[in-house]
Amino acid sequence: MKSPPDATATRWIAPLFVALLLIGLWQAWTTLADVPAYLVPSPWVIAQTLVTDWALLCSALWVTVKITLLAFAAAVLLGSLIAFALVQSRWIETAFFPYAVLLQVTPVVAIAPLIIIWVKDPTLALVVCATLVALFPIISNTTVGLRSVHPGLAAYFQLQGASRWQTLVRLRIPSALPYFFAGLRISGGLALIGAVVAEFVAGTGGTGAGLAYQILQSGYQLNIPRMFAALVLISVTGVAIFAVLSVLTRWALGGWHESEGGR
Amino acid sequence: MSLRIEPGEFVTLLGPSGCGKSTLLKMVAGLLSPTGGRVQTHTTAAVSFVFQEATLMPWATVESNVRLPLDLAGVPRAEAAPRVAQALQRVGLGGFSQQRPHELSGGMQMRVSIARALVTKPQVLLMDEPFGALDDITRHKLDTDLLALWQGQGLTVVFVTHSISEAVYLSSRVVVMAARPGRVLEDLRIEAPHPRTEGFRTSIGFNDLVRHLHGQLSAASQDPQERLA
Repeated sequence: MKSPPDATATRWIAPLFVALLLIGLWQAWTTLADVPAYLVPSPWVIAQTLVTDWALLCSALWVTVKITLLAFAAAVLLGSLIAFALVQSRWIETAFFPYAVLLQVTPVVAIAPLIIIWVKDPTLALVVCATLVALFPIISNTTVGLRSVHPGLAAYFQLQGASRWQTLVRLRIPSALPYFFAGLRISGGLALIGAVVAEFVAGTGGTGAGLAYQILQSGYQLNIPRMFAALVLISVTGVAIFAVLSVLTRWALGGWHESEGGR
Repeated sequence: MSLRIEPGEFVTLLGPSGCGKSTLLKMVAGLLSPTGGRVQTHTTAAVSFVFQEATLMPWATVESNVRLPLDLAGVPRAEAAPRVAQALQRVGLGGFSQQRPHELSGGMQMRVSIARALVTKPQVLLMDEPFGALDDITRHKLDTDLLALWQGQGLTVVFVTHSISEAVYLSSRVVVMAARPGRVLEDLRIEAPHPRTEGFRTSIGFNDLVRHLHGQLSAASQDPQERLA
């Protein structure tokens, strides 16, 4: 099922319209009510700050994006491996899954100081924190996915004398893909949140300063427009990650899975 | 219970739910092992199984789905391709090889499932209520096509169904089973000549057989406890 062209256009135009409306209202409010820029800067002032502070913000953005992507890659790799290990037997899953849950319920803010003490390299310490945040959705979704094989198909594979390896590659992994991709989209956003939160806790200055550090610094200096500009960059990064993963999901599943049909 | 099936027969197992017809079929296929007694097959007989549902891989094309048993057996692509095309041709889906299962109707999905069973060139085809979920018109069409396949290929078919008329229409032998304990109540030969047409479905002889089997099936469906009371 292909959606008609106007439906696709509406999908883009409607949210864009809402964004323009909100930005317009914000601009009008700050201008008309004469709100000082050190309380709430107008969109125009934020845009100006983005341009004037671009060199500083750009390098900070790159630091944060780098940590996010490294953490995300590590979470995908580790999470998938752990999921494969968990589904090897009921016993392993029962024994180890509670610890995966522990990973999720422990706030990263609480363990970040420890990790920063243990791991000498500051970038690596931040990557570890963000990975811990992003890991759980991959583990839990992939585990469910690898288990959710159609019983009829499983019986067919058994009947045909398929080996364990053939069943994994031709049946279990394809069956798990929709769940895996759903986990990926959650985990991508969490990697960014993890990176920002860890940076806040670490509060490192110097060369390796990311967007969270810029926000902290701008706060101390009451440079509120720059704070907003950094915030905008974080949001845009988050949206971009989600968009890329959505396109990837549609590309991988669009041909067959219900969740991507008729879009 | 004891049952012997000769090569080239079309045997239908008919009976109420829980009488063990599917279990029997799965034991023949080797999916289940008998608790007592034994199941003997010709050592050389190649067996294919068709399930109640089409059980196709939703992510794969019709062609890949049909090729699956050959892939699992390690048959090279070049050798598999013409066999897949032939199997699809035989079930009337020659032009659909690049479609995905969700683009096909229920009846067509079942045809793909049958093509997947035929591609291994089996001598024995085991079918567990394959057309139960289809509408009547589609079901009749598939029944007729299945009979043509059975005749053309010299297959032995063991077919499980709830439908009395389907059993009479298809079979050279109908085995009526009863539950608790699972046993054979009647072993009936259907002597009507082939090719069987829609005319056979509406003939008096057909109706007599259906009525007779209906009586048998009612008896089979009665609980022994109820009969005593």
